[in-house]
Amino acid sequence: MKHTTRKAVGLALTSLTGLAAFVIVAVIAIILLDVVRGGAANVSWAFLTQPPTDGMMGGGIFPAIFGTAALTLLMTLAVMPVGVLTALYLHEYAPPDSRMARWVRVAVANLAGVPSVVFGLFGLGFFILFVGKGLDRALGYEEMHWAQPGILWAALTLAVLTLPVVIVSTEEALRAVPLDHRTASLALGATQSQTLVRVVLPGALPGILTGAVLAISRGAGEVAPILFTGAAYFLPDLPTHLNSQFMHLGYHTYVLATQSPDVEATRPLLYATVLVLLMLTFALNLVAVIIRSRTRRKAASAGH
Amino acid sequence: MPLQSPSPRNKMEARELTLRYGSKVAIRTISLAIPEHQVTALIGPSGCGKSTFLRSLNRMNDLIPGTHHTGTILLDGTSIHDRALDVVDLRRRVGMVFQKSNPFPKSIFENVAYGLRVGGLKDKAALSARVEKSLRGAALWDEVKDRLDESALGLSGGQQQRLCIARAMAVEPEVLLMDEPASALDPIATAKIEELIHELKSTYTIAIVTHNMQQAARVSDRTAFFYMGELVECGPTEQIFTNPREKRTEDYVTGKFG
Repeated sequence: MKHTTRKAVGLALTSLTGLAAFVIVAVIAIILLDVVRGGAANVSWAFLTQPPTDGMMGGGIFPAIFGTAALTLLMTLAVMPVGVLTALYLHEYAPPDSRMARWVRVAVANLAGVPSVVFGLFGLGFFILFVGKGLDRALGYEEMHWAQPGILWAALTLAVLTLPVVIVSTEEALRAVPLDHRTASLALGATQSQTLVRVVLPGALPGILTGAVLAISRGAGEVAPILFTGAAYFLPDLPTHLNSQFMHLGYHTYVLATQSPDVEATRPLLYATVLVLLMLTFALNLVAVIIRSRTRRKAASAGH
Repeated sequence: MPLQSPSPRNKMEARELTLRYGSKVAIRTISLAIPEHQVTALIGPSGCGKSTFLRSLNRMNDLIPGTHHTGTILLDGTSIHDRALDVVDLRRRVGMVFQKSNPFPKSIFENVAYGLRVGGLKDKAALSARVEKSLRGAALWDEVKDRLDESALGLSGGQQQRLCIARAMAVEPEVLLMDEPASALDPIATAKIEELIHELKSTYTIAIVTHNMQQAARVSDRTAFFYMGELVECGPTEQIFTNPREKRTEDYVTGKFG
């Protein structure tokens, strides 16, 4: 290659990669600018604390905020024990050449690739029609009690969806606990379970918490899995029972965007709702980043 | 008439110990005694099996998948692989200090108290007393007594290693195994550790792996020379260094190879 051609190729590659990187930043910037410009003026205390009114062309989004929070909390309570225990089995107890562990890992990887709407259908078919109906029959309910969409089933469906996030990040956190600490503990006459509880889990905790926050921020924004399993179109009452339906920020956004009789009237509300949803997700991601950088600093100071 | 024992009894003893990692032989038919209240130094070039031998004495090799052994190791005349002896109890009686200091990311106090806590000791006064005794024993008390609640990771390298020795001593083992405990330390910290080893042998039986010839000569009563997974020669340290029976030992201690 001639000198000039080489130079030209280098220049082309530099600009091409730079341009690609710039497009990402530009897209995020445009979304943020647009949402903030359209929504900031409409996010008020009243908007955050009142239910929607006037056929969803007025009022606020409090039931949707509450529903999202309650749903996410229930999801976290369900996904963390199962996810952490699975990761503990995979990393601490399964023998290194375990066929079972290999199958679990394949299953987890595939679970992460399933489209979220499929999880919604799975939740409807498994939790509501199978588990719910079975419960109703077993408990002797005459009318539908558990065999209907409700916040518990939606939370469990989301828990299945976020399970891979928790398992993968917990396993990573366990891997990051230095082998030195384990051997030191065992050499002092600790049993394997004492070592796990007193050394490994405390060392892995920040990483596990990061996984929890990532799962929450993923779960809080998903709409498809809760469409058939519990989210309500319009429901000013807050959910009071595990089988209550609920409003949800993501679903509310979809409803406002597609179902309004007067697009101009709902537009400000739509912008404001999206802004709240985005801020919530960003805040959760920020928490995850902070936890992670703290852990890293701790690990760095332990290195010398 | 008092019994005069010309040589102390053997606290631990390996008999024809062979250990394999998979199909690779790491140590071959080693028979070696560790006399009570003495310091036994294990020397030899890298990969000669001295660390593997040391780690066999408290069954730390069990943690590496694919290891298996033949032969016996006795502690006070009982096989350490005996079903009646739990590996957890073995490790409380035979403590270990590692090459790289490895304090837990906990406070200084909690590091030393760790072995006691997992052993079930809960009484605060008793814990404090044992922690102080161990830190004094490891010649670290005066340096850390005012900051027991601070992280152990804030200590210097030499202090961390003495903390690990204190931590191992806190459970009051009968034998202390030391795997190159001073190899990562500066000369002053090393001198402190060596001084400590001198003091400890009245209470403990010590086996120490070292790369450092002078260190073996300074701290040990007996020296065992390992080469290519075999025990070449073992005897009083002075004899090994001044008048070895084997040519290979002489070549090694005089620095002709290694």
